[in-house]
Amino acid sequence: MKSRVLVVDDDPALAEMLTIVLRGEGFDTAVVGDGTRALPAVRELRPDVVLLDLMLPGMNGIDVCRAIRTESGVPIVMLTAKSDTVDIVLGLESGADDYVVKPFKPKELIARIRARVRRTETEPAEQLAIGDVTIDVPAHQVARAGEPIALTPLEFDLLVALARKPRQVFTREVLLEQVWGYRHAADTRLVNVHVQRLRSKVERDPEHPEVVLTVRGVGYKAGPP
Amino acid sequence: MELAIAWGAVWRRSLQLRVVISTLALSTAVVLVLGFVIQTQIAGNILQAKLDDAQNQIESGAALLERELASVDPNREGAQGELNNALDRLTNSSDASGTPAAGAFRAVLATTAIGANSSVAAGPLEDVPSDLRQSVADGARAVRYGTVDSQGIDVPALMIGQPVRTANGDLEFYLLFPLDSEQRTLGLVQSTLIVGGLVLLLLLAGIASIITRQVVRPVRRAAEIAERFADGHLDERLPVQGEDELARLGESYNEMAGSIQEQIRQLEEFGALQRRFTSDVSHELRTPLTTVRMAADVLYASREELLPALRRSSELLVTELDRFEALLGDLLEISRLDAGVAELGAERTDMHTVVVRAVEHVRGLADETGTPLELELPTGIYADVDPRRVERIVRNLVANAIDHSEAKPVQVVLAADEHAVAVLVRDHGVGLRPGEASLVFNRFWRAEESRARRTGGTGLGLSIAVEDARLHGGWLQAWGVPGEGAVFRLTLPLNEGDVLESSPLPLGPEPDTARRVGTSVPTPPLGFAPVGDGVPAGGAR
Repeated sequence: MKSRVLVVDDDPALAEMLTIVLRGEGFDTAVVGDGTRALPAVRELRPDVVLLDLMLPGMNGIDVCRAIRTESGVPIVMLTAKSDTVDIVLGLESGADDYVVKPFKPKELIARIRARVRRTETEPAEQLAIGDVTIDVPAHQVARAGEPIALTPLEFDLLVALARKPRQVFTREVLLEQVWGYRHAADTRLVNVHVQRLRSKVERDPEHPEVVLTVRGVGYKAGPP
Repeated sequence: MELAIAWGAVWRRSLQLRVVISTLALSTAVVLVLGFVIQTQIAGNILQAKLDDAQNQIESGAALLERELASVDPNREGAQGELNNALDRLTNSSDASGTPAAGAFRAVLATTAIGANSSVAAGPLEDVPSDLRQSVADGARAVRYGTVDSQGIDVPALMIGQPVRTANGDLEFYLLFPLDSEQRTLGLVQSTLIVGGLVLLLLLAGIASIITRQVVRPVRRAAEIAERFADGHLDERLPVQGEDELARLGESYNEMAGSIQEQIRQLEEFGALQRRFTSDVSHELRTPLTTVRMAADVLYASREELLPALRRSSELLVTELDRFEALLGDLLEISRLDAGVAELGAERTDMHTVVVRAVEHVRGLADETGTPLELELPTGIYADVDPRRVERIVRNLVANAIDHSEAKPVQVVLAADEHAVAVLVRDHGVGLRPGEASLVFNRFWRAEESRARRTGGTGLGLSIAVEDARLHGGWLQAWGVPGEGAVFRLTLPLNEGDVLESSPLPLGPEPDTARRVGTSVPTPPLGFAPVGDGVPAGGAR
């Protein structure tokens, strides 16, 4: 079954080009030219990946991202012309899983989209725990003391990767490879922001984390089970 | 020693203190001199008066005695008694007479026979000094100042002596005037002068202090306001009162402050415009470029299916688009660095990882040209740097080195000490001519010999690298010898905000080479004009 990509971009030429490239790679595509129409399109079409341009008329890309996130954990890849840390972090914090800076090499975009779409089909029945946070891996459920916590697929994968090896410290590069699927060095800011996002959802006190711990100068590790 | 240093510091810093102390010092000198003069004058006058009176007294006394003792014979019995009587009458008469007395005195009368066996004397002859006796014996009136013993205490005295003519030779007549009351008077004068002088000095110090404060206070206020202005409170102005010199100072200062504030505002506005420009341009250019890029890639991907001319066109299209993209990125980057809006995303970074990543990026280029890469990259070096920028700098340096090394080995060395970390890239190829070491960082500069530019560089790589280094407060320096190679050294402080003073790695030739032909030209710190060759400049602000 073909994976479906929803393209949210107001530039018709770019949107058309994206469609051509994606179709050539075997994806199904749909295009939305206006931020306000993005959420209804997500509901209706149920895409596997959303490609979201941040500079949009009508609703701003960041707001679109947030809106989609309230309803769905669909992978979102930002397209942005700005590469400043502030802008990247803002986009990631509002719910995007990854970002691509214009102008990009189409191959790079395709690789990132594929990485997001890829799901591991068979997972062993696993129950993991960090502190009083329980993780039901096959059911993709995370709960603290019985109260369920909603995580996006990427946040879930990040938590599971850490929880599987509680005493191991993961560098950002390793996390990028395991969780995002990027074998070549990508932007470690992705990891930083996603850890922050994860913490804000999963920790009792994000300023004093107990579930996802920072190991200064190296990376992150899970708290004790 | 520390006290002296502290005192020196206080002296230098306080104008008021200096003025008051100088006034005090000069006044003290003047008061001392004046006091001395006054005292000397008074003493002189008192003594002179005493002397005059003494002389009058002794004249009248001598005249009296000459009448009384005209016929006294020192060798006769009863001469002593006659002398005593005469002295008594003298004393009484002087008490009773109306002439102004020179005060109390003691009279001494003696026959002239100093040292002789028979000498008749009345009064305390022993108090008369021998040199006075000698002068009087020689027949003249004489005056001496000495001390007499009065009830066990030595009292200063004025001693005056005169020969008295008798039928049988001269008698010695002395009058001894104790000067104790004069001494007391002088003492009183002196203490009065001292007390008065001290009070005067204190008053002068007080007055000087008050007056200088009138001047120093506005100056101090001006200094405070200027300091606040320099700290960034650009609204600070001096209050101006009146029309005197201080008022003029205030007005000029305010004008200057206003002008500076306006200029800063304009610069900030300009910076904001620049920022908006780069942001707008960035967006506007990038979107169509993305579309073009994607179209070119689609064509390129299917180039095998195209006619040769079309295939070649698509290849050129892609290559030149790469160049265009790189140039655009560099231009935007440099424009942001120029406008001062570039941010340093500093984080604790493993330098080994960053350098390795940069080297790996250009590994392909090295393999293509057959350039061996020799790496000396120890682990465990952490610094507060922006990893993206540092990687960009190192990538640029290594790519340049490979480009110019003519297939000879390129060495990349990483080292650190307690304050700084350095990355050195050395090649043994074409090298740099003297003077080129500083030109090489200029925008779009290329050496005159045209070399095959494999990297297709934009010409801005080193300019951006230099600015990236400066943003960290670091140095990027070059050195080279024509025909032998070049060295580029990046030095960064380990902790963000430190000022660099030295580098862990030397810039010159390899340690075993003694020759040193080129010069090392450091990156000038922000805000200073480029320094001359070979002058190590300090770190950035």
